[in-house]
Amino acid sequence: MAGHTKYVPGSAFTRWLDTRLPILRLANENLVTYPTPRNLNFWYTFGGILTFMLGIQMLTGIVLAMHYVPNGDLAFASVEQRIMREVNYGWLIRYIHSSGASMFFLAVYVHMFRGLYYGSYKAPREVLWILGVFIYLLMVMTAFFGYVLPWGQMSFWGATVITSLFSALDQVIPHLGTSITTWLWGDFAVGDATLNRFFSLHYLMPFVIAGVVGLHIWALHVPGNNNPLGIDAKGPQDFVPFHPYYTVKDAFYLVLFLIVYMAFVFYAPNFFGNPDNYIQANPLVTPPDIVPEWYLLPFYAMLRSVPQKLLGVIVMGGALVTLLFIPWLDSSKVRSCRFRPLMKQLFWIFAADCILLGYCGSQSADAAWNIVGIDLPLVWVARLATLYYFGFFWVLMPWVGRIEVTAPLPESIAQSVLARSVKTEDAE
Amino acid sequence: MANAIKPDATRRDFLFVATGAAAAVGGVAAVWPFIDQMNPSSAVLAMASIEVDLSAIQAGQQVIFKWRGHPLFVRRRTPKEIAEARAVSLNDLVDRVARNANIAENAPASDENRVIKPEWLVLVGVCTHLGCTPTVSTPQSPQGSYGGWLCHCHGSDYDTAGRIRKGPAPQNLAVPPYAFTGPTKIKIG
Ligand code: FES
Repeated sequence: MAGHTKYVPGSAFTRWLDTRLPILRLANENLVTYPTPRNLNFWYTFGGILTFMLGIQMLTGIVLAMHYVPNGDLAFASVEQRIMREVNYGWLIRYIHSSGASMFFLAVYVHMFRGLYYGSYKAPREVLWILGVFIYLLMVMTAFFGYVLPWGQMSFWGATVITSLFSALDQVIPHLGTSITTWLWGDFAVGDATLNRFFSLHYLMPFVIAGVVGLHIWALHVPGNNNPLGIDAKGPQDFVPFHPYYTVKDAFYLVLFLIVYMAFVFYAPNFFGNPDNYIQANPLVTPPDIVPEWYLLPFYAMLRSVPQKLLGVIVMGGALVTLLFIPWLDSSKVRSCRFRPLMKQLFWIFAADCILLGYCGSQSADAAWNIVGIDLPLVWVARLATLYYFGFFWVLMPWVGRIEVTAPLPESIAQSVLARSVKTEDAE
Repeated sequence: MANAIKPDATRRDFLFVATGAAAAVGGVAAVWPFIDQMNPSSAVLAMASIEVDLSAIQAGQQVIFKWRGHPLFVRRRTPKEIAEARAVSLNDLVDRVARNANIAENAPASDENRVIKPEWLVLVGVCTHLGCTPTVSTPQSPQGSYGGWLCHCHGSDYDTAGRIRKGPAPQNLAVPPYAFTGPTKIKIG
């Protein structure tokens, strides 16, 4: 890559180590001298924030596992009594972990929408994008397993509803789905066996995620970062070294992120939670409204908007699988939405659409909007929103790229950056 | 002189194929225990059946028992509820199979095929959509539009024979294997 400085070990020891295990060379080339486009903005700091969040979740998770008991009779008390009241700072570590899950998803959504806006999935970064989608799916699974562990009512019924999705396969091959759910539960219903295995998997998955994150960064460092202009960096004038430029920028925004995060931990630790989860799991009583955590609500709304079981499950799964195909669905040669006037608007409608779906998912199944005296059932709103979700990827993306008149691209990153600083100087 | 090389090559080929075959069979054999350990253990399978006394249940009332980790509904139907269930034509049903473990698997879902004694409706209280527990409909707090049960999770509506009438659930509420051991005593499982 252009502008790559060669690592020169500074001391006798590092020289000795470098010929045996060139780990410092690897770190130097990827974290210090790594050439980064000079125009990365705020939205590019979330990759670093996400890595940090993975570390936080693993650290607090390992501590919580020291005090948690994965047993149907004891789990609830081990969280609410032991960890929250008895263990020194247990409450703090638990709130960091539980709010951390939400902050982790907040950051990953910003990161994903940023990639979508600037076309970071396009050649030659398709594998990078796909690995990112895998990380997201692993995060969803990890979060689901984790949410079951406190063994409250939402834990229990959330686990029941989500694992029962597989029973839809009964409609394809009789008994196939039921055998799968029994296999997943280790019982005829969600119970002790289920809780135990979910705990084991919840502990395992973050390490799997860490592995895929390694691949994700590897796949990033081969073509190098995309940037807000979406044009390739051409020469040394387009780059700055990762350190100190982006280490400092990432650190600055990480601090701002932490302020928001800690505000939740200390002042509204249950903001993202559901009060029903403070009731111990009861297999005989379903809470009046079962809702997943906020970060899964859009998919839940899609599931509920389809009145047929198997089809509902297919639509929800399809919404996730669609993400894998984005690099080939977008037909435009221009990466960044900055130069795509039509796509830019459709993108913002899409972002609003996802929020609308999330809202629909949070309301009860029979809720309705009263617009000028006419009741509009929310399930219809969710249906239209689901249609746009799929339409955006499968129809608009391939089509808009063909008909859109894009704005002229700047010559180079350096030229665009310098032109902008000249403009601001003129204005002063 | 090609023969001088061939025996050697055949022997290597043989070893290669034999090793590969053993690895494949061995691999599958080794994976199976790791898959099967996820299935219900013998302790779970050995769960005893339960026996319940129905005499305290009033007409129009439902009592919930716990069976195999699931809620079990026992509803003492009023003559009106029975008449309503019997008036329904099979053509109006979403799921036309009885789903009754006590009779043939493909028996039609007539009300007669859903019960042993018309007064007592015994059901597994698990919504066939995604497993929530439906809420019973009573004259004091009616649920849904068919007088049976309504599942609040995604709005599946069941009639007074526990048959699915509206909503995403694909099947009627299941009737578990049970038998009367006395005039008002049943054994489930
Ligand atoms: S679980 Fe009953 S309607 Fe979905």
